Amino acid sequence: MNDIWGGLTQAAKLIATFDPTLIEITLRSFQVTLTATFISVAIGLPLGAWLAISRFRSRRVVIAVLNALMGLPPVVVGLVVYVILSRSGPLGVLGLLFTTSAMVIAQTIIISPIIASVAHQVIRELWAEYHDLLISLNTSRWQRTCTLLWDSKRGLITASLAGFGRAIGEVGAIMIVGGNIDHATRVLTTAISLETGRGNFSLALALGFVLIALAILINLMMHWVSGTERGSRW
Amino acid sequence: MVGSILPLCLRDAQVIKRGKLILGPLTFDLKGKGLTTLLGPNGSGKTTFLRAIHGLERLRHGTIEWARPDLEARRLQAFVFQSPIILRRSVIDNIAYPLLIAGIEKRRAQMRAADMAATLGLQDLLGVPAIAISGGEKQKLSLARALISEPQVLFLDEPCANLDGTATKEIETILQAQREKGTRIIMSTHNVAQARRLADDVLFLYEGLLHDQGPAGSFFTTPKTAEALAFISGEILP
Repeated sequence: MNDIWGGLTQAAKLIATFDPTLIEITLRSFQVTLTATFISVAIGLPLGAWLAISRFRSRRVVIAVLNALMGLPPVVVGLVVYVILSRSGPLGVLGLLFTTSAMVIAQTIIISPIIASVAHQVIRELWAEYHDLLISLNTSRWQRTCTLLWDSKRGLITASLAGFGRAIGEVGAIMIVGGNIDHATRVLTTAISLETGRGNFSLALALGFVLIALAILINLMMHWVSGTERGSRW
Repeated sequence: MVGSILPLCLRDAQVIKRGKLILGPLTFDLKGKGLTTLLGPNGSGKTTFLRAIHGLERLRHGTIEWARPDLEARRLQAFVFQSPIILRRSVIDNIAYPLLIAGIEKRRAQMRAADMAATLGLQDLLGVPAIAISGGEKQKLSLARALISEPQVLFLDEPCANLDGTATKEIETILQAQREKGTRIIMSTHNVAQARRLADDVLFLYEGLLHDQGPAGSFFTTPKTAEALAFISGEILP
């Protein structure tokens, strides 16, 4: 109980004093996670829409694989990305290992299936509702996709937030590919892991509270910006 | 000036679903002007017939041909579904949607949509989320969205099935006005009284087959088949 109280007071102190280390790792957490989320949204939403409205032979297999990938173990993703980016790996020449770019790649691999799969579910339901109208109006495939993406934006925001939530709290993969290097690749989750290992529970908890607060703040901002959860608006 | 997409010619048209013959074989030509009602009891194939000639159902056998090439003919038709399909947008954006997908600039599309909404009595609901309006208003919205692209042929699948008397009268008034403007209307209904009020001619479907057809006057006074006579008389068909 003392540790939790100590963590709360230390978190308040770190925020109130604009602790430079806290600000640095928080900004890095944001940079890595938001970049990975944007890339995953760019991949996942069109992929989800395409799977929802296309009919092809192996569609069910692709959907099953996509759903299975939602549960990708981050440590395994980290290990695979590590091997690929390591000096002897196929992309070792790029020199990305132990950089924030490697962390973005790992997070993108982890959250893209989540965003694509949730988007697929959301768009598939809307497609079932809109199907006859959109066919009747002679819409092109592109117009249908745009209409479905736009009209299911609430569900897609939820999909994106689910991806963001998974990424901001992720530690296994980014620890492996980022290395938790001070002033280079340290982010909130890896810092928490480090401080816990050192027995510095108050600081670890303080960082944890900051992380939770940031996740809530981002969710609130997304709902505010998109105008959802207001009366009868979509 | 675009030529007429009519006549519509059906030749041995059949729709089969899950191995069962739902509609047909049907062979006839649809010509002329005015409002055709498609009469028949529930399950007689009215909805399937409308969906098939509009291209929403695949034929297993036979052909359906318009006087113009298929793509052009499709652009000059509109369909109002029995349960209104409402886009998750405002009323005005729902009505403007067909114009936007036809490439018309948004501001112009919305101006035309506002005019159309006023014609159908929806002018006070323009900014309201369409999902929040009443059933009758939703059906009027569907009609406005269908009419905004000025179709030559308008299909309506039991448009008043879920509406009360007042809303039904409003829809019928709109349809009569549209008929006067020259739109060819093909409407399914199982409501004989409504068919009597609106129809210029009648197609009577029973068990997926066309049992009777002709001008409304002669259909209602001297039906050609026992099934049509029974239906008009209000008897329950097996």
